[in-house]
Amino acid sequence: MQSQQTQANETARPIVQIVKLQKDFGPVRVLDGIDLSVAKGEKVTLIGPSGSGKTTLLRCINYLEVPTSGHVYVAGQLLGEQLEGGAYRRLSDREISRMRAQIGMVFQTFNLFPHLTVQQNICIGPTKVLRQPPAEAKALALQLLEKVGLADKLLAYPDQLSGGQRQRVAIARALAMRPQLMLFDEATSSLDPELVGEVLAVMRQLAREGMTMIIVTHEMGFAEEVSDRVIFMDKGAIVETGPPHELFQHPRHPRTRDFLSAVLQKKPYR
Amino acid sequence: MSGWQGYFSDLWQYLQDWIPELLQAAGNTLKMAVFAFLLAATFGLVIALARLSRSRLVSRTAAVYVELVRGAPALTLLFLIYFGLPSAGIVLPAFQAAVIGLGLNGAAYVSEIYRAGIGGIDRGQREAAQAIGMTYPKVMGYIILPQAARIVLPPLGNYAIGLLKDTSVASLIGAPELTLRARDLSSEYFMPMEIYLVSGAMYFAMAAPLAAIVRWLERRLRRGR
Amino acid sequence: MLPDIVAVLLRAAVTTIEITLGGLAVALVLGLLIALLRRSHVRIVAVLGGIYVEVFRCVPVLVQLFIIYFGLGELGLRLAPLTAAILGFGLNGAAYLAEIYRSGIEAVHKGQFEAAAAIGMTRGQAMWWIVLPQAVRIALPPIGNYGVGLLKDSSIAVAVAAPEITFAATNLINETYLSTQIYLVMALIYISMSLPLSYAVRSLEARSSRGRAR
Repeated sequence: MQSQQTQANETARPIVQIVKLQKDFGPVRVLDGIDLSVAKGEKVTLIGPSGSGKTTLLRCINYLEVPTSGHVYVAGQLLGEQLEGGAYRRLSDREISRMRAQIGMVFQTFNLFPHLTVQQNICIGPTKVLRQPPAEAKALALQLLEKVGLADKLLAYPDQLSGGQRQRVAIARALAMRPQLMLFDEATSSLDPELVGEVLAVMRQLAREGMTMIIVTHEMGFAEEVSDRVIFMDKGAIVETGPPHELFQHPRHPRTRDFLSAVLQKKPYR
Repeated sequence: MSGWQGYFSDLWQYLQDWIPELLQAAGNTLKMAVFAFLLAATFGLVIALARLSRSRLVSRTAAVYVELVRGAPALTLLFLIYFGLPSAGIVLPAFQAAVIGLGLNGAAYVSEIYRAGIGGIDRGQREAAQAIGMTYPKVMGYIILPQAARIVLPPLGNYAIGLLKDTSVASLIGAPELTLRARDLSSEYFMPMEIYLVSGAMYFAMAAPLAAIVRWLERRLRRGR
Repeated sequence: MLPDIVAVLLRAAVTTIEITLGGLAVALVLGLLIALLRRSHVRIVAVLGGIYVEVFRCVPVLVQLFIIYFGLGELGLRLAPLTAAILGFGLNGAAYLAEIYRSGIEAVHKGQFEAAAAIGMTRGQAMWWIVLPQAVRIALPPIGNYGVGLLKDSSIAVAVAAPEITFAATNLINETYLSTQIYLVMALIYISMSLPLSYAVRSLEARSSRGRAR
């Protein structure tokens, strides 16, 4: 169907392209001119001290934060605005929502819908947003729950689940929308240590299956294992970037070195 | 359109008749509200302290008072005091009956506000104060009550605004306040819409600034918690 | 004598309940509408909603009833006393419920909005499917308290000759001159209606603060 050239072009085109992204919260500049490009199937991890802007950057990718200036492209499409006759027009809520449906996000605080069962949590996106028939959505939900190892919790409510179980349901909920990429915002930071492993296992499997993933995390061991690229951010800018073993073993920038030595002393992997 | 012009010029005339009268009645409304508030605030404190009493009888009686008074409409209490008491030999003018009725009714609500205020303070505060050797009255006076006062002020403010509006109910026992005067005027001029709108605007002019103050107070107090 | 008095008042109690439920129904729907309008991104709409709430909360409900019953009557629209009462309490209540809804919505964790947005829901979908169901649950105790208050405020409808308890009692007194006794019975009937409801709301409050969602 598609020529080899078109297919090659598609794989070559980055899934996420960020151009000169700037974000101010009032007088505070949280992101200072970020340029970033993520390829399809790539796993990128953002690390850095708190306040470095890594979470804000992640949230700009699905337009939960509106950039002050600069542009975000997802799958080639400009996010949140449209170029019309030389000027940028802010897109409507409906248009932005349509784009968000292609991006999956997993939150630090899980944010499961407490008044809905696990099944309803997973199905509500496909049925209400993608307008799929309920039976189809239910089958998908079951499939995804099996994938994250929680098939028996179909009819449970979130408050009956442990933190690790909730986060796995949250991942299934995001996957139900069949997104082109997945964003993880400190997905394990709120979990008790013994529950972190089960969530990382799901993320590891997702990575193996080829999902494009942008991960903000403090789990350095996991980052080293799973990432294709690690980006160290500080004070709203990208300081250093490189393959994990290079960045972790041989950091070039002094700030990277300081950060890594402070962090790696404290947290043993698993 | 001389019909409309005629209407508005007549209206302008009437307003000049109504407004001074209504303003005077509004003064009565304010007086009634202030007196009733004072009665409710003090008697409410008495009841709140009674409920904290170690005597079972005292605290139970106070609790029963609160439940009964809050269970019936304020208007019922006003009727009982104004129309009912005379048969027991106590005849009160409508204004006083209204103040007492609204005050007694309010005391029940205010006592709950006080209870919430005192209860809202960490027990650790009292224990810490006692640990540095303060006696019970000192603990109350320096530590508990000042903090309770801050918790209590916004709800008291909101109660005051409600009380100001509730004085209108006293018109139903003939007490001389704003709504009664509006009622008299509308039966005199046969223009209820205009007159009640004006009196409504006067209530608004009294209540809205109070409401804004209470909101500001809430914001200020929330900061220092 | 006494049984007859109680019978008359109990029959009037039905009207009291009608006023309460009718007013509550109007207020629940209109109040939700106003609460949502106040969140509109269109400035004018939000401001108008705010003005509605401020005006209806700063004017006594008795005056509002007079405006609806006598005022509209002057303009040619004569409403039945019961209708005027329900309309009046409904419009007034909408302002109070709009505030209660607002608190409820603000109490819903912000992450819920974000999670709904993240799976591609529009603001409207997020509000309807995710936030409002949670907000209403949070708002139930204050709404219940408001309802109990409305039951007592219905006595004000005597001023527009609505055939509720206070009106019936006043008529009885004009006939029999037994003011104290009748008012006491009236008080007891109100108390016996409002007290159980108050307890129900209090236990609802206790229950909902236990099973809070996260």
